Amino acid sequence: MDEQVVVVALQEQKVYSRPRALTAETTNYCPGCTHGLINKLIAEVIDELGIQENTISVSPVGCAVFFYRYLVLDGVVAPHGRAPAVATGIKRMLPDRVVITYQGDGDMAAIGMSEIVWTAMRGENITAFFVNNANYGMTGGQMAPTTLAGQVTTTSPQGRDVETMGMPTRMAEMLAGLPGSAYVARCATYDARTIRDARNAIRLALRAQMAGAGFSMVEFLSSCPTNWGLSPQEALQWIKQTMVAYYPLGEFKVSEAVQRLKAKR
Amino acid sequence: MAKELLKGNIAIAEAALRAGVDAYFGYPITPQTELLEHMSRRMPELGRVFLQAESEIAAINMVYGAACTGAWAMTSSSGPGISLMQEGLSYIALSDVPAVVVDIMRGGPGLGNIQPSQADYNQLTRGGGHGDYRCIVLAPATVQEAIDLTVLAFDLADKYRAVAILAGDGLIGQMMEPAELPPMRQRSRTPPPWALTGARGRPPNSITAFSIAAETLEAMNWQLQAKLQRIREREVRYEAWLTEDAELLVVAFGSVGRIAKTAVREARAYGVRAGLIRPITLWPFPYAPIAQAAARVKAVLVVEMNAGQMVDDVRMAVCGQAPVHFHGRPGGSVPVPEEILERIMTLSKEG
Repeated sequence: MDEQVVVVALQEQKVYSRPRALTAETTNYCPGCTHGLINKLIAEVIDELGIQENTISVSPVGCAVFFYRYLVLDGVVAPHGRAPAVATGIKRMLPDRVVITYQGDGDMAAIGMSEIVWTAMRGENITAFFVNNANYGMTGGQMAPTTLAGQVTTTSPQGRDVETMGMPTRMAEMLAGLPGSAYVARCATYDARTIRDARNAIRLALRAQMAGAGFSMVEFLSSCPTNWGLSPQEALQWIKQTMVAYYPLGEFKVSEAVQRLKAKR
Repeated sequence: MAKELLKGNIAIAEAALRAGVDAYFGYPITPQTELLEHMSRRMPELGRVFLQAESEIAAINMVYGAACTGAWAMTSSSGPGISLMQEGLSYIALSDVPAVVVDIMRGGPGLGNIQPSQADYNQLTRGGGHGDYRCIVLAPATVQEAIDLTVLAFDLADKYRAVAILAGDGLIGQMMEPAELPPMRQRSRTPPPWALTGARGRPPNSITAFSIAAETLEAMNWQLQAKLQRIREREVRYEAWLTEDAELLVVAFGSVGRIAKTAVREARAYGVRAGLIRPITLWPFPYAPIAQAAARVKAVLVVEMNAGQMVDDVRMAVCGQAPVHFHGRPGGSVPVPEEILERIMTLSKEG
C-alpha cells in the first residue's frame, strides 16, 4: 500500500514536457549549438500564450532553414534575407495571426538588411527572431556582418580587419533607432539567468505583436562550437566573455504601448 | 458594360481588380507606374491590400507571402524590376502558389530606356531565375486584349497554382484605346486547404521551394514538370490570320503582331500571299501551328522589338522546313508597317 502512494506522488511531480509547438524529431543543429535551445524557448512561449494554431512562421536560408519543421506551425521558407518581406505579405492578408521570422546573421544583417530595415520602418506588426553567432554557420564559418574585430573565419583568415571591413553590425541598436520599432532586445542563452531573460523577451515581443504595437525583434547571441573551433562549454564562455562586450544584453526599445503591456504582468 | 477610352496600364489594373485580386505590391518604374498609382487608390477603396514596397525584390516576396495565405496577389514592373524579381519567381514556381506579374517591357539591357520593347521575351519565357521552371506568359496586342488576358492570368495562375505573367510592352501600357471592362467578380474568399492560415484543427501546412534530400527534390521537380506539361497541352493560344493559302508567314507578338497585320494586309493588296501567326501565349509557345503553317510557305519572317529572341522558338517550330528571317528593332524603337512590308516584298521576290 505504501509503495502505491509513492508511485502516485512521483507522477504528480512531473514538472516539464517538450513544448507542444516543438517537434519530436531530431534537429540538424550541431552539438552544443544554441539554435535548438532558442527554438525550444520560442515553442515554450507559443504554448504559454496559446497561439500555436494562430501563428505562421517564416524560415530563413542557413542553419535554421528547418525552423518550419522544428516548430509545429504553418510555415514557409523565404529566399535568403527576404523573410521580413514574405512575413509582410502574410501579415497584411491575415492581420489577426501572429507572424514570426527566424533569421541568422548573414540572412538578416547582410543580404536581407534592406528587407528588415524597411519592415521595421513601416512598423510592420511582426516579430523577427535574430540569431547572431558571429559567422555564416551553414556554409562553414565565413565572416558575417556580426563577426567580431580580429575574429578568424574562413574568409578572414588573418582575423576581421575593421580597416577594410568596418566594425561588426549591431542589429538591435540599429533597429531600435527606427520609429516603427515597438520592442527590441538582445539576449543570450549561456546560463539560467540569460535563458530566463531570453524567454521573457520572446514573450514580450509576441505580446507586443498580439497587442498590435508594431515591429518587434529579439536578437540572440548564439554559440557555434563547430565553426568557432571550441567545445560547447568554451563556446558559451566565449559568448559571455567576448561577444557580450561588443553586443551588450538588454532592451533597446520599449515603446510606450509595450511599457504598458509590461506593467500588466 | 459600355466601351470607354482607357490607358493600357489603368485598364490592366482595373481588370485585375474586377478579376478579384486581393493584394497588390509594387514599386515605381516607367512605363508601368500608372498601374501602381491606380492600385494605390482603388485597392483601399475596395478594402483590399495595397503596399508600395521598398524594391522589386521586396515586392515579389510580399506577393509570395500573400499567395501563401491563399490570396490572389500580384505585382507589376518593367525589365530592370523584373530582373530583380527572378529569385522570388523561382521560389514561387516550385512552391506551387499562384501569382500574377505584369511586365510592361522597356528598352534594355541595363537601364536601357523607357521606350516600348519586347526585350524581356527570354527572361519571361525561359523561367528567368535559377532551376527548371516556366511561367505562363500572355502577350496582348490591344488594350482590350490586355484586359481579357489579365483576367485569364488570374484564372490560369489559380487553376495551376503557377506564375502567370502579362507581357505587355510600353505601347500597350501607355496607349489609350476604347475598351470594355468586365463586371466586378464576386469571388469566394475561402482559403484553399494548402494555405498558411494557422494550423487550427489540422496538421501544419508548409510551403517551400526546398528539400535537402536529392530524391525528394527530384520528385518535386518531376511533379512541377508534369504540371508544366499539362499547361503545354491545354493552354496554347495564338491568332492565325490568312495562313491557309500563305506563301510567306510572318510571326510577331504583342504590339508588333498588330503592326505586322497591317503590313500583311498591304502585302496582300500587292498580290503577295502573306499570312500572320501572332502567339498570344509566349509560354506555352504555339510550336505546332507554326510548324504546320511553315510546311506550306516559302519563307518565314519574324518581327520583334528586340535583337531576336522569339525567333529562336520560331526556328525550333519551323525546324528547317523553310528559311526563317528576322527583322528586329532593339533599344526602344517601334517598327512601322512600311518597313515590315518592305521585308515581305523583298522575301517574296527572293522566293
